Amino acid sequence: MYKIVTKKVLNPTVTQMEIEAPLVANKAKPGQFIILRVDREGERIPLTIAGANKENGTVKIIFQIVGATTEKLNQKQAGEYLQDFVGPLGVATHTNGIKKVCIVGGGVGCAIALPVAQEFHALGANVTGIIGFRNKDLVILEDEFRTCSDKLFLMTDDGSYGEQGNVCLPLTKMLESGERFDMIITIGPLIMMKFVVEAARPYGVPVTASMNPIMIDGTGMCGGCRLTLNQNGKKVTKFACVDGPDFNGYEIDFDEAMSRGRMYADFEHHAYEKTCNLFRKG
Amino acid sequence: MAIEPKKHEMSTQLPEVRAHNFDEVALGYTREIAMAEAQRCLNCKNQPCVNGCPVNVHIPDFISKIKVGDFEGAYKEISKSSSLPAVCGRVCPQETQCESKCTLGVKFEPVGIGRLERFVADWHNAHSERAPEMPKSNGHKVAVVGSGPSGLTCAGDLAKKGYRVTVYEALHTAGGVLVYGIPEFRLPKSIVAKEVDTLRALGVDIEPNVVIGKTLTVDELFDMGYEAVFIGSGAGLPNFMGIPGESLKGVYSANEFLTRSNLMKAYRSDPETPIMKGGNVAVVGGGNVAMDAARTALRLGADKVYIVYRRSMEELPARKEEVEHAMEEGIDFQLLCNPVEIIGYENSENKRDPKNGFVTGIKCIRMELGEPDEKGRRRPVPVNGSEFVLDVDTVIISIGTSPNPLIKSTTEGLEVNSRGGIIVNEDGLTSRDAVYAGGDAVTGAATVISAMGAGKTAAKAIDAYLNK
Repeated sequence: MYKIVTKKVLNPTVTQMEIEAPLVANKAKPGQFIILRVDREGERIPLTIAGANKENGTVKIIFQIVGATTEKLNQKQAGEYLQDFVGPLGVATHTNGIKKVCIVGGGVGCAIALPVAQEFHALGANVTGIIGFRNKDLVILEDEFRTCSDKLFLMTDDGSYGEQGNVCLPLTKMLESGERFDMIITIGPLIMMKFVVEAARPYGVPVTASMNPIMIDGTGMCGGCRLTLNQNGKKVTKFACVDGPDFNGYEIDFDEAMSRGRMYADFEHHAYEKTCNLFRKG
Repeated sequence: MAIEPKKHEMSTQLPEVRAHNFDEVALGYTREIAMAEAQRCLNCKNQPCVNGCPVNVHIPDFISKIKVGDFEGAYKEISKSSSLPAVCGRVCPQETQCESKCTLGVKFEPVGIGRLERFVADWHNAHSERAPEMPKSNGHKVAVVGSGPSGLTCAGDLAKKGYRVTVYEALHTAGGVLVYGIPEFRLPKSIVAKEVDTLRALGVDIEPNVVIGKTLTVDELFDMGYEAVFIGSGAGLPNFMGIPGESLKGVYSANEFLTRSNLMKAYRSDPETPIMKGGNVAVVGGGNVAMDAARTALRLGADKVYIVYRRSMEELPARKEEVEHAMEEGIDFQLLCNPVEIIGYENSENKRDPKNGFVTGIKCIRMELGEPDEKGRRRPVPVNGSEFVLDVDTVIISIGTSPNPLIKSTTEGLEVNSRGGIIVNEDGLTSRDAVYAGGDAVTGAATVISAMGAGKTAAKAIDAYLNK
């Protein structure tokens, strides 16, 4: 069992927790993820690590309440326990040789983008942050991003905070004006990452996208997280859990990944409704 | 007394009933039938059956105890060699191992050794309250990676000798393939849990949620004071065919399909983990795992389940008993048939059609057998122009697995072969000092009992090494 040490509501649908898991905390690197089960009958869900504290032996997770399991997780309070918590899984974000980086985060993806930005900042790289949200109420981690970014663009779809527009707007402007990055790293909804790649394509700036597909074991055993890369005209199957979660954005078949992500949409909808009703009654 | 020429039948659930539930198919011998079957054993001098068993269970000795009704004595006899009798009695391919060597088999059907082993183990589990005593510690610490058949066997054998053994398991439950791979109707999970409890009583410590190669490395295990490490991490990586359509929604690896059903209990009503059920299902492959997947799909409510296998029944690698059970249950065997493409729904007018990207069929080509290959199996060759489409909603790919590279890639000096299997000598020793390996991590996908044999060999070698 793994203790929830702290719990903090970041916005109405996004929650942060610190979980006591010393072995995971000891190894965790930005870009890696964990798999957890809330209770004995629970499903296994992957969540990217949002930070780790080696001294306290805690791992930070930030999740959006999108379905039955995240709803159940959100019902847990500090001092309570999670059934299972395993990691760190996946390959850490590559930082070698990157002196100037643009981190593009969308929505709850910003929670995962933050430790990556902090890592580059700590390594002395020049960090440009672009973080996007639907509206002001959903903005998270602004102060944290300001501290580790040399330049920060905060975007909202409706203009209720920061600048109005999506994350591609400032990115395109910078690229148009001749600014270049050793790497653009994007973490967020698949459709956003797809457009970030398209924005960067005319300028040939490398893009790394962090994928978060459906998974079960997280060790390469089930293959459920597979995605297709187009490498020099050849289709190559990769497993996000062991080969990723970071991939070359230009190679990813985003349309297929989006389609696969909706495989259980019906099931998830029913399960979510049921869980919500359960808590409403309770 | 004349010898009964045939094995005593083991009763099973009727096919039309069992095709709709996940309860065990075979129901086991009664005490009377077990004692009658035991009478068929000639107790011959040279005991060829013992050599047919990868862990050398003293077969005639335990059968002799059954003859006189001493079932607990029979259990003790099996336990000397096997840590998982209730498992082996169910999933071992006895027909190619112990029973194939049985002297009686020359003229008649061999003794039903597997069925007797199962009876004894079940009798013990039902009647024995006493947990085994924890052996006195010899002060040595050994780490085992993976709690599948090889790891549990190695751990059990070492624990019996007084070693303090910790088993690290990546998933949340111990048992490896016994819990995620083999379905409930063939191996009830309560039986696996019971065998694991027996090991715990022997002092084996099982740590779930630790991925060796990620959470901890093999080298760190030595830093933590373990004096030897056994790697039994299995053959976890599913193979795909590399044909178009394998990423469509409704295409599973057998590993994923079975893990969802077995480990995550998606077969229960109202599960938290989803699985596609109902409709028509094609399972590609002809091994035991393919049979498990097909029969699971049927029980989940499929209308029609096909096995698609590119060779003929003669080459089909699954156990005969499993194939017979599958046929009785109504699985449709499409033999000499090879998939060339998986077809998906595509509404070109409406990109938002929710049915887009789901499987609608599998295109196959008929095959005929040509010249034998290097293994002597006749090579299947496609028959030109014989393509046809099976209308299916789910495709399960069960064409084998490869060893998981997580440990190899994080353990310096650990040598593997071209297929990714860890290289070991006859004692199970790897290219690294004090690091042993066995099971599918070494051989690639094989049987539970051969993995147990490897765990046993390594335990013996580790004991010798630490007592040098």
